[in-house]
Amino acid sequence: MTEVKATMAGTVFTVNVAVGEEVAAGQVVLVLESMKMEIPIEAETAGKVAAINVQVGDFVNEEDVLATIEA
Amino acid sequence: MHKVLIANRGEIALRIIKTCQRLGIQTVAIHSEADVDMPFVKEADEAFLLGPAQVQQSYLKADDIIDIAVRVGVDAIHPGYGLLSENAEFVRKVQQAGMIFIGPDADTIDKMGDKIGSRVTMQAAGVPVVPGTDEGIATLEEAVQAAVNIGYPIMLKASAGGGGIGMVRCESEQALSQHFESVKTRAKAYFGDDVVFLEKFIANARHIEVQIFGDNQGNVVHLFERNCSVQRRNQKVIEESPSPCLPEETRQRLFQAAVDAAQAVGYKNAGTVEFIVDDNNHIYFLEMNTRLQVEHPVTELVVGYDLVEWQIEVAKGNELPVKNQQAIQSNGHAIEYRIYAEDPVKFMPSPGTIGKLDWGDATGIRIDAGYVEGGKVTPFYDPLIAKVIVHAATRAEAIQQSQVFLAQVDIQGLKTNIPLFTEFLPSEEFGTGDYSTAALPTWLERQKEEKNND
Repeated sequence: MTEVKATMAGTVFTVNVAVGEEVAAGQVVLVLESMKMEIPIEAETAGKVAAINVQVGDFVNEEDVLATIEA
Repeated sequence: MHKVLIANRGEIALRIIKTCQRLGIQTVAIHSEADVDMPFVKEADEAFLLGPAQVQQSYLKADDIIDIAVRVGVDAIHPGYGLLSENAEFVRKVQQAGMIFIGPDADTIDKMGDKIGSRVTMQAAGVPVVPGTDEGIATLEEAVQAAVNIGYPIMLKASAGGGGIGMVRCESEQALSQHFESVKTRAKAYFGDDVVFLEKFIANARHIEVQIFGDNQGNVVHLFERNCSVQRRNQKVIEESPSPCLPEETRQRLFQAAVDAAQAVGYKNAGTVEFIVDDNNHIYFLEMNTRLQVEHPVTELVVGYDLVEWQIEVAKGNELPVKNQQAIQSNGHAIEYRIYAEDPVKFMPSPGTIGKLDWGDATGIRIDAGYVEGGKVTPFYDPLIAKVIVHAATRAEAIQQSQVFLAQVDIQGLKTNIPLFTEFLPSEEFGTGDYSTAALPTWLERQKEEKNND
């Protein structure tokens, strides 16, 4: 189980994957908007999306776990 | 005008407050919870909390801002740049509440805020525009067809866009297909309007803008040009005046086109007409910004006038402080550096607390800073910490002074883009002065290659 964490505080702009979906390492799982910029958040490992903990519009802090991926 | 409310934050709020203080005008600040300790809040005569940090719950709450303004009896509202500054609905509400909006008419903002509409208006006024579509593009099929007529590469843009957001360069039909829906989605998300259009991508373009000013008596003057070709992510980071790479004949054509553009829409107050200039010195209207711009200080230093004071004069109904174009002179060379809280290599924002902020010996340097030591740069707002503006007799001297100054600035606690400036300033790209908007990205690529070859 690997965690997809927010690299910085921001607002969830898009969620690009669904629970159950297979993702590749480096694939963009969701995009945060912070300081007038879009910050893509990537999966570090390949696997299946086990959970997505946020929705579009949510404000998240750095290090918050946004999603989990099971290998 | 005895009391002004500043509907903005950070460095621009502070900069407007300073001019008001000099003119003996009382100031009212509004702020979010995140900004309670910011210098602009402390510097204003009165300050009011609007709400939580997110701009939708604070700085964009037009009705709340107007309520405060009415309650404390302000004569006028200055919107700064960004936020509500180009929101025509806000302007109308301010005026309906019996106050002055320090800026152009709501109708002018409406007309120029729509990029497609402004293209049409400018063509009618005889101002050359970038080849492109004069209507919104609804479907990918339409986009593909229009792109064939214009010729690749093209820029796919949001009509309501700005600030470098909502535009993508497409080299081919494949790229256009790939980006079409996402640009529409972004346009809707950021600007509440998903209309997109196409423009020809002009290679090696220089981004040159002209500062104009109009009054209620029909006078229009220009205050020379600014070269804003040093950009990252389609956003400016260095601006200078005068432009180091324009034949005099081209400059004069730009000034004339800018004044024509302003007169065509009966422009009042401060505005900027943005152009791109190609390799053959053909000029193309890009857009008009109906506000005071981030980079207005470079103009202030070369012409020697306070543009916020001019804005206030015009807003009061007075004529321009100087109506005679010949009497407005440009002296020396000014360069502005936008100091951002960001990683200088990846250009990623770097929020945090400014543990140390030491500008060192700033003799003769203008610093428009929004923060002091201990200030928190939060993820809710633009990462601009300060603007450093250097003015000297010649461009070479200005660059030399910039290097000396920037090298001794000490900011700790977060990353800033100062290292980018200190490395880029000695580059050939910047040194010759004949650079296009591709200069910074090209230079960065070269740096990467050289590092890889080491």
